[in-house]
Amino acid sequence: MSNTAHADTHHGHADHGMAHVASVPSLLGTFGLLVVLTFVTVWVAKHPLGAIDIWVAMGIATIKATAVGLYFMHLRHDSGFNRLVFLASFLFVFIFIGFAMMDRGQYDPTINWQEALPKFQAPAK
Amino acid sequence: MSSTIETAVAPSGHAHAAHHWHEDPETHLAHHFDTPQQQFDSGKLGIWLFLVTEILFFSGLFCAYTIYRHFHPEVFVYASKFLDTNMGFINTLVLIFSSLTAAWAVRNAQLNQKKSLVINIVLTIACAFAFMGIKYVEYSHKIHDGLLPGPAYTRGLEPPAAAAAGHAAAVDPTAGMDRPDNVHIFFGIYFFMTGLHGFHVLAGIVVWLWLLKRAIKGEFNTKYFGPIDYAALYWHIVDLIWIYLFPLLYLIH
Repeated sequence: MSNTAHADTHHGHADHGMAHVASVPSLLGTFGLLVVLTFVTVWVAKHPLGAIDIWVAMGIATIKATAVGLYFMHLRHDSGFNRLVFLASFLFVFIFIGFAMMDRGQYDPTINWQEALPKFQAPAK
Repeated sequence: MSSTIETAVAPSGHAHAAHHWHEDPETHLAHHFDTPQQQFDSGKLGIWLFLVTEILFFSGLFCAYTIYRHFHPEVFVYASKFLDTNMGFINTLVLIFSSLTAAWAVRNAQLNQKKSLVINIVLTIACAFAFMGIKYVEYSHKIHDGLLPGPAYTRGLEPPAAAAAGHAAAVDPTAGMDRPDNVHIFFGIYFFMTGLHGFHVLAGIVVWLWLLKRAIKGEFNTKYFGPIDYAALYWHIVDLIWIYLFPLLYLIH
């Protein structure tokens, strides 16, 4: 409106820079957590848990992804709008894959595998 | 955002003087922005939107993976035996370390630590090359063994005589297992997922080399570190996708 309007350069940050500066302990701590969880996921994979295998593996991966997002990508200190934009993409991925799975499940009984298999594929065994 | 739409006065008080065509050498403030903060926030929103398109881009392949694995789990259990878990594991650590150096580079740029900034960018680039080197070794083995997508898949399909005389792998990781139909589907998904990811690593190398050149020239400082921040965010997304690819492709049983 007027020349006297001051740009709010802080956006609620406690610090005075243009953006949050990650502390060295937070960077090293995140890195350590990621390395430990990588070892955990490999260790878990050597001990079959049956049907929940994939969910354990995805759970560990999601914890790692969350750590990367919150600390390496500064989402913990980023603006709410940026967080919303980023997280919304996962909602759409969920809808995309969920609907595709439902659709695939619905027409599964109608597939004629003898016709659907590619010609070059030799039989098994 | 409303305050930034209005004419804002730069902290130094010479807002209008900054409205010339040539950038300020310290802040690199483009003429269409009022303050370095506004410029930074705009770029940040832009890079987040780009990362959203990246996630949706990769989600097509994750969708293909989900559907094929759900309906043909035996193909994934069998075919993933051909992947080298150790190499995937090392590559995971390499990428995680490069994410650390990338995040640290942002801190260096924000705090005017020029020398550390250059070192961290060099380490990030070195890790990217290490990742691609390991990927090259893995891909070479797959190509050599005929573990390829679609019609290029030949392993176990050649006549017995040719197989005996040929270059069959010394150790068969699938010994004792029956080969299911359509193993090539797994390798289609494997090569497209890791391949698209690999292209992103290569693109990251180009971006980091460009930023390395600028960092050596001392272009980044407390008021101008946006490009380092944006490149690091992109780099973390590449890491984040690999965090999912590793268990999804290498750790199946």
